[in-house]
Amino acid sequence: MKIVILGCGRVGAALAGMLDKAGNNVSVIDQSSDSFLRLSLDFQGTSIIGNGVDEDVLIRAGIREADAFAAVTNGDNRNIMASQIAREIFKVKKVVCRIYDPIREETYRELGLETFCPTVTGSKFLFDSITEKKQK
Amino acid sequence: MYIIIGGGGDIGYYLTKNLLSHGHEVLLLEKGASRYQTLSDEFGPAVFRGDACEARTMEEVGANRADVVIAVTGDDEDNLVICQVAKKRYKVNRTIARLNNPKHTDIFYKLGIDVTVSPTKSILSLIEAELPSSRFVQLMTLKSAGLEIVEVRVAPDSPMVGKALRDINLSRNSNIVLLIRDQQHIFPTAETQILSGDDIYALVNREGEEELRKAFGTLE
Repeated sequence: MKIVILGCGRVGAALAGMLDKAGNNVSVIDQSSDSFLRLSLDFQGTSIIGNGVDEDVLIRAGIREADAFAAVTNGDNRNIMASQIAREIFKVKKVVCRIYDPIREETYRELGLETFCPTVTGSKFLFDSITEKKQK
Repeated sequence: MYIIIGGGGDIGYYLTKNLLSHGHEVLLLEKGASRYQTLSDEFGPAVFRGDACEARTMEEVGANRADVVIAVTGDDEDNLVICQVAKKRYKVNRTIARLNNPKHTDIFYKLGIDVTVSPTKSILSLIEAELPSSRFVQLMTLKSAGLEIVEVRVAPDSPMVGKALRDINLSRNSNIVLLIRDQQHIFPTAETQILSGDDIYALVNREGEEELRKAFGTLE
């Protein structure tokens, strides 16, 4: 599969590494070249410096041929806009978008975007582990 | 009208001032503490400290009764989200977004933003119009109708020079509505002759633009 990942933070870099190791053709986009230092040394994919809401940058990353797109920068709105560009303009089949703000996440999930919210999943995990402990 | 404005930069500031003077109920949202202070010294309760991208802020300022939401921050992705959330979550009828990058026009339109305003593009065309060399300038887009208002400076070697409008075979895709000659305006009739140095204003659709360029010899 051809996969484009926007944002090479901890999550983006780890995801890129996993997908690369699993034999996919991966491109990662980030605004700062320093971010690519997070990629593992044996990463075989491409890294592209640029703004992820710029169509030309996405095209350079191969979005036209992409089977999947993941937006994991630290900006919710940037992820939202890039995901919608991937879906509406480039018709990428699988688009996943990280949104930290739970209310915004709900809104865009209702609009049909595939979203995930680390705030909700993280706090739920913590809640479960703390209350479980109490019960014991 | 109740108008919510997101982003208290220069554009947000002058817009608020202007809309308040027209008697509208305006609420300007600014998230930066020091900028908020400056703005609220002047506008008082018409400024609210908060992030227009946050649904919580929008709830607090009663976005569901807003008639218009205008997003004029310096980031296109923020302006997009402000307008989309206003439209989908709070059912705001009219949303207007500032576009910093003119390349984003299509995607904003596709994603349901009612009106986009691109200062970058406007400034470029205004400057272009003042350059002596340029002969074909897009002045304005009437998006909902798919039309543009264009300005053509008639060059001395243009094939149109000396022709009357009735002799020009323009299709129904364009309509010449105004001529400026020696700083005087002329509302053209079929008899009006085109001279070198005239500034011609026309309404065109997509096909009409190319036809007009061809007719006047301004095709690059």
